[in-house]
Amino acid sequence: MEQMRTRVRSFIVDTFLFGDGSDLEDATSFLELGIVDSMGILELINFLESDFGLVIHEEDLVPENFDSIDQVLAFVARKGGAYKTKSAAG
Amino acid sequence: MDITPAFSPDWLRLDPAEETARICERLRAQLLSPLHRRGLVLGVSGGVDSAVTAALAVRAIGGKRVFALSMPERHSDPDTMRLSALVADRLGLSCHLEEITGILEAAGFYRRYDEAVRRVIPEYGDGWSSKLVVDARSENTGFQLFALVARHPDGDLLQKQLPLQAYLEIVAATNFKQRIRKMLEYYHADRLNYAVAGTPNRLEFDQGFFVKGGDGLADVKPIAHLYKSQVYQLASYLEVPDEIINRPPTTDTYSLAQGQDEFYFALPLAQLDLCLYGKNHSVPAAAVAAAAALSPERVEQVYREIDSRRKGTRYLHQHPLLAAQVPEIAADQITVQHLPAVAGSAIHRPE
Repeated sequence: MEQMRTRVRSFIVDTFLFGDGSDLEDATSFLELGIVDSMGILELINFLESDFGLVIHEEDLVPENFDSIDQVLAFVARKGGAYKTKSAAG
Repeated sequence: MDITPAFSPDWLRLDPAEETARICERLRAQLLSPLHRRGLVLGVSGGVDSAVTAALAVRAIGGKRVFALSMPERHSDPDTMRLSALVADRLGLSCHLEEITGILEAAGFYRRYDEAVRRVIPEYGDGWSSKLVVDARSENTGFQLFALVARHPDGDLLQKQLPLQAYLEIVAATNFKQRIRKMLEYYHADRLNYAVAGTPNRLEFDQGFFVKGGDGLADVKPIAHLYKSQVYQLASYLEVPDEIINRPPTTDTYSLAQGQDEFYFALPLAQLDLCLYGKNHSVPAAAVAAAAALSPERVEQVYREIDSRRKGTRYLHQHPLLAAQVPEIAADQITVQHLPAVAGSAIHRPE
């Protein structure tokens, strides 16, 4: 779980914050921070599908699943996702 | 006793003669200063927005000083040229044709577009047509996601969800069209010493439904403060041909016919007009809901979507951001100081 948390955090910080995650806590709302819009959601979905092997369906697309690191991790856990190591991910 | 009139489309009624006179006066003043240009160039598409803008331009400065351009390409609706010519004819303008297929080919548009589509439909190629639509997954999510609808040469339709990269590449390629058209408008504006008139209505301007450096680029935008229904009111007053007034708004951007409300707005424009007006004037959602035949919950959702799109497209309106001030060149002052204090002052609410 900690490895997943580190990976999600790293993705968010690298993708949306240009590497500066000083204001980002695990419960910080992406929406309130203004970092995830429709395009950001697509990027996040792409990341979760490729790195965690998830298949994200229409019913999953609610802000509550994607609005913080904690929420993303809870969503991944509910969906039974597992972090793919680099070798496993190919 | 509450004597406030119920919210209705009548709240968006304006005095078309008064509004026309006001816009024409502004256009003349803007051309004199700060633009210092002798006329206006505009692209006409056969749609009501460009028809009204052209009619206003002719009223403001005379047809001799208005240069209308029709810029179809391989995927354009065949009606585009015919209706553009119809508008020009009604206004006594000659409509100059610039066919942009060759430029698009040279820029690699058709190849790039097809390659992007093949990310989701590998067999896509000659004989196919396609368009973007708002993905049904977007409803009730607060996000806007897109899907690709493609028509097989034998007529079968299929729809695919668009992953990020395919979506970005399709949009990036398609934006060539608006930018090439604008390049040609400025070519003619430069050689004539004219300014370029943009044709967005308020919904498009407010919600960022334009391409930066493409149809978003202009020296004047005479109808950007007008709700779509107000554009139609002016269209009737300015005697725009009925065929154009009655034509459903399209993007005329994709090879498969695409309505604006299935690509970007996800709500018929008449309803969105009421929602945007209601939101801008703090009309309670329940009152807008009754007028727009929507549920109050849906109107609240539309209000949130309006905010979301404003936020997401704000950068489209921005001047280039500088790392430090250049006080000698105050871009904001140049554009803002010439605006009237109250835009849309000719709007009359029912008593």
